[in-house]
Amino acid sequence: MPAAAKMPPPNDNPQKALVLNRVTRRFRVAKRIVPALEGVSAATSPGLVTGLIGPDGAGKTTLMRLIAGLLALDEGNISVFGTDVSAAPLKVQGMISYMPQRFGLYEDLTVQENLDLYADLQGVPAADRPAHYAELLHMTGMKPFTSRLAGRLSGGMKQKLGLACTLIRPPRLLLLDEPTVGVDPISRRELWQIVDHLVRGAGMSVLLSTAYLDEAERCDEVLLLHEGQLIGAGKPTDFTRAMTGRSFLARADGTPKRMLQTVLAATSGVTDALIQGEAVRLVLDASTGPETIRPPGIMGLKLSPTSPRFEDRFIDLLRAKTAAQTPAAQPTQPATIQAPHDAAIEVAHLTKRFGVFTAVDDISFTVKRGNIFGLLGANGAGKSTTFRMLCGLLPATSGRLRVDGFDLRTAAATARGRLGYMAQKFSLYGDLSVLQNLRFFAAAYGLRGTRRVERINWALNEFELNDYANATSRDLPLGFKQRMALACALMHEPDVLFLDEPTSGVDPLARREFWRRINALADQGVTVLVTTHFMDEAEYCDRLVIMAQGRILATGTSEELKTASRTTALPSPTMEDAFVSLITADSAKRTGQTA
Amino acid sequence: MNMLLMRLRGLVRKEILQILRDPSSIAIAFILPTVLLLLFGYGVSLDARHVGLGLVVDEPSAAATSFAAEFRRSPYFTPHDFASEPAAERAMNDGDIDGFIWLQRDFARQVTAGQSPAIALFVNGIDANNARLIENYVDQSWAAWVTHQAAQAGIANPTPIDIEPRIWFNPAVSSRDYLIPGLIAVIMTLTGALLTALVIAREWERGTMEALMVTTVSMHEILISKIIPYFLLGMGGMVVSVLIAVFLFGVPLLGSLVILSLASSLFMLASLGMGLLISTVAKNQFVAGQIAIITTFLPAFILSGFIFDISSMPAPIQLLTHIVAARYFVAILQTLFLAGTVWSVIVPNLFALLIMAVMFLGLARLTARKSLD
Amino acid sequence: MLARLFALIIKEFLAILRDAKSRMVLIGPPLIQLVVFGYAASFDLNHVPFAVYDQDQSALSRDLVADFAGSPSFQQVAILHSPARIKQLVDSRTVEMVLDIDPRYSRNLLLGQPAPVQVIVDGRNSNTALLILGYASDIITAASHEWAAKHGGTLPPAQLVPRALYNPTLDSHWFIIPGIVALLTQVVTLLVVGLSVAREREAGTFDQTLVTPLRPIDIVLGKSLPGLIIGLVEGTVIILATHFWFDVPLLGSLVLLYLGLLLFIAAVTGIGLMISSLAATQQQALLGAFLFMVPSIILSGFATPIANMPTLVQDLTLINPMRYALVVIRDSFLEQPSLTTLLPQFAAMTSLALISLITAGWMFRKRTL
Repeated sequence: MPAAAKMPPPNDNPQKALVLNRVTRRFRVAKRIVPALEGVSAATSPGLVTGLIGPDGAGKTTLMRLIAGLLALDEGNISVFGTDVSAAPLKVQGMISYMPQRFGLYEDLTVQENLDLYADLQGVPAADRPAHYAELLHMTGMKPFTSRLAGRLSGGMKQKLGLACTLIRPPRLLLLDEPTVGVDPISRRELWQIVDHLVRGAGMSVLLSTAYLDEAERCDEVLLLHEGQLIGAGKPTDFTRAMTGRSFLARADGTPKRMLQTVLAATSGVTDALIQGEAVRLVLDASTGPETIRPPGIMGLKLSPTSPRFEDRFIDLLRAKTAAQTPAAQPTQPATIQAPHDAAIEVAHLTKRFGVFTAVDDISFTVKRGNIFGLLGANGAGKSTTFRMLCGLLPATSGRLRVDGFDLRTAAATARGRLGYMAQKFSLYGDLSVLQNLRFFAAAYGLRGTRRVERINWALNEFELNDYANATSRDLPLGFKQRMALACALMHEPDVLFLDEPTSGVDPLARREFWRRINALADQGVTVLVTTHFMDEAEYCDRLVIMAQGRILATGTSEELKTASRTTALPSPTMEDAFVSLITADSAKRTGQTA
Repeated sequence: MNMLLMRLRGLVRKEILQILRDPSSIAIAFILPTVLLLLFGYGVSLDARHVGLGLVVDEPSAAATSFAAEFRRSPYFTPHDFASEPAAERAMNDGDIDGFIWLQRDFARQVTAGQSPAIALFVNGIDANNARLIENYVDQSWAAWVTHQAAQAGIANPTPIDIEPRIWFNPAVSSRDYLIPGLIAVIMTLTGALLTALVIAREWERGTMEALMVTTVSMHEILISKIIPYFLLGMGGMVVSVLIAVFLFGVPLLGSLVILSLASSLFMLASLGMGLLISTVAKNQFVAGQIAIITTFLPAFILSGFIFDISSMPAPIQLLTHIVAARYFVAILQTLFLAGTVWSVIVPNLFALLIMAVMFLGLARLTARKSLD
Repeated sequence: MLARLFALIIKEFLAILRDAKSRMVLIGPPLIQLVVFGYAASFDLNHVPFAVYDQDQSALSRDLVADFAGSPSFQQVAILHSPARIKQLVDSRTVEMVLDIDPRYSRNLLLGQPAPVQVIVDGRNSNTALLILGYASDIITAASHEWAAKHGGTLPPAQLVPRALYNPTLDSHWFIIPGIVALLTQVVTLLVVGLSVAREREAGTFDQTLVTPLRPIDIVLGKSLPGLIIGLVEGTVIILATHFWFDVPLLGSLVLLYLGLLLFIAAVTGIGLMISSLAATQQQALLGAFLFMVPSIILSGFATPIANMPTLVQDLTLINPMRYALVVIRDSFLEQPSLTTLLPQFAAMTSLALISLITAGWMFRKRTL
């Protein structure tokens, strides 16, 4: 029962906030026509928060821009409160406000000057302004910062200022393009409070796009986009209800969770298998009962039902859509002889200052060989600085660090040969083809002769890049860029792997695929250090640290961190809940100190 | 307040605040003109002074000495004596001197015999322009010597035809006086077109253009809000340049200041129009900068008549110079500075600038769409 | 180790040649500049428009006018009948010169008295004015000598016989076009080397390369050798165009020419690397390259002689590699310079190249590793 079936037929009904009718838009990329949106039809009701959900490249931003009248439609039509966008763009622009992805702020203007500019642009009468500003500043908590340059605000504050600017003249329809990307969980929560307040208080209609699937559950209704097509629409509860009785937590005593996950993911009848805490979260096919799951070689498998999540349904729909079966995962045999559990990475009292600003403040941790270790935190928490110091890209101000026994900043160049590195944004030579990139990195890592040929062939086969070998890297879909970046980092079979935000923006299927490979590597004894701002990915890590403002707030396994934040009000906290409670406790402590 | 005025006020204020906070726009508008003017004012001169010139006298004589004396008196030369012709030629080859004069063995005898012997002048022709100027200077010394000799011999008319040169407008024939007014046009092109192209490209890069477009602001309001502050900034740069030209380099300014302001305004508008046009095509600063330099700076430099004479260029290139706005501005500036308000030059060129301004601004308006396509 | 360096160089070439924007930097500006400079930039005067105000109206005065009208340097565009028109035509820049023949011209000539001819020149462009005056006096002097020879007048005590060596027709293209070899080689090398690191910094690939076992020296060489090769190729193309398309003779030794070019490109590469070690973005690199390029071209002797500059500025040009490259290239085209003649230029460029490359290597290391 696809949720879309419940939707009323789209028409130019003024009772609808937004009507999309066979919306189609294509782009020219490198001489090819690439569809960004293909025949999307939907309608949203006024006074509700509609979530536009989908991974990067699904067409969310294109749809937002089409609604705002910034792009022309190739086919179909869009109407906002009964007004056709193509016919009367200025009239529609008078009814909407739009916050683009980078918030549309002038970074060299102050908070107040940005507000003034948008008040002028939206024609807010001077008399109304003081009261209106006061309300917006109060709502966003920006009152103390009115004279600060927008460029000097944190990501979360920029986002709130961007929102305030779009609300200077309350619109009938508010378009927010990925407002929560790259901001910390606390700011995300605050943003959602503002959005809820607007909708409930002012009766505004909101269309909000996001790649975070957990945010879908906070929306009143959801449009699910994937590769330019609408694959689902309806209330979030409709989506989760469809999954009733199909979500389980699996445990098997004596089987490591990673191995259990690998085996379960390859078992027929399983839609999704995902590590969650010490268990494996299992989603079964509609036609499969829990009793039929009998993976070979696993003794004492216990399945306990759990409440379905939005993501479960999304994966379910994607699998149906792409007809892709669980990737041909050969259950990798865990290395029979585990690597000795000595420390692969040691960090002691590491500090980094840029002028007066302390980016990393006296942090210490160790990572055992063959472990997956996570560095979690919001943008600006000091993750990337720590990461760059470990790779030898930045000198430390003080403290001690060792990677595989070396300080990479002072060690000989050959010491870097044991390290694999995957940079943020999958940085590869965009102008070079996939094969040329692989060849370059193979040579850079000093591979030669038959071994070089072998490894390049391995990379092409293992990462299914053969079809794209001669494609220019820049034009690859994001998921393939990610695979190629990992392939380059693994070219020389490193002992230690550094991954900087390795999954940001890629779709949930690609993320699962990615983590499957990382798990296999860890099983073979590779030490993995990963930074991420996806809180749920903490579940994949053996141990993790949570960083904020350059300091480590907590260290432990994901279970330990979640347990520590358990309260009677919140009996089963998520990783994000744990994070928020740590940050709140920390800032309360700091305020206490200064008071 | 009127909504339109309110929107414009907001945009213009934003633009001015951004200029004030961004040192690079100030640098392009004020420091770049100053540096370029100083560099050109001091670094570029087509006037040969103290040219190293060799002198080879095979056989000392009274005639040779009197010729050499005339030539030593010239302010243009720094004479060097050489014992033989090959030595002088070697020195020229090594770049120590730019040319040399050779008075051969029989010189004095032939002069006395009235045979009018040849005075050989060799110049290094590699720098053809310089070589020609040296030839002219030596020619002047030679003519003075001829007159002297004739007067001594009591001959009234040594040369049957008497040339009276009259150089109008720049009697001192100082190349700085004509290069600097032309240079101002080149610099204004740079500030006008480059600066506007860069600032709009920056708005595209930072995503703020997208936010502007979704408001009810219309495209011409956005364009006008860019033109006003950058027009003022460019005119500020213009004032600085004119002050430097007049007070530092002592270039005379004979024409009307009103016409100068009018012409500068029209030219500034044309440059801004070009900048806006470039920015609608190139949406990142890197490409915008390159296009601006190739399509505005280089033509202003080479095809404007600022250094190179337009009427001597091949016909197709002469035709091309007609779409270079700087060409008209250079003509006006050189006339206003050195000749005064000569209406027969000013009027047609002002009219051409007006057409240029209207054309570029119009094209910019036509190509700028309130759309991301 | 060579294999890694080779891989870096291949990568660099692919990155430059596969990207449309970078290809444009290599092909667009050089082509445009070659055409524009080659055809438009010339100090030679052709068809200078002039007017005649012949107050004498005799056969003799008409002979003089015919001498001017017949010269390829001049083109008669008006005949005037009143002095008022002179001002009008000069003011409006319709003519650049007026030949004003005195009413006593033929009478004085026949009487053996000085026959006055006024040459009025528009001095707004002082260089053109001086050149026009030079051309005009050449024509008048020739006429004068001819008259003297025919009518037994006194010959001047001696005659000036100018001869230009190396460029006998004083064609200023022969001066400017070889200069473009140095100019464009510098522009392209500087942009390629200066922008490549910034581009990698922006894309994040620079970090990716730094964490491989490549040594800093590999990375510096990997960045500079492609610039060197591209500069040489670009220089060769322009040398070929100069010789075969613009017909500038190439008399000197190719070995010396290329030695000079190589040293020059090495020095420019060093400067490019310095710019790129300072610039965080391509934007800044472009600005840095521009800031270096404009003064270096103006103060190189490319268009105007260094000897005309104030002493202080002349001293400043000593650290400009293009100054020396221009001497080597121009001499190699038009003269047959010996190694000893060019030795000072080679020595200067070698030391500039060493200083700039060593400084760049040091700055590079300091900024990155």
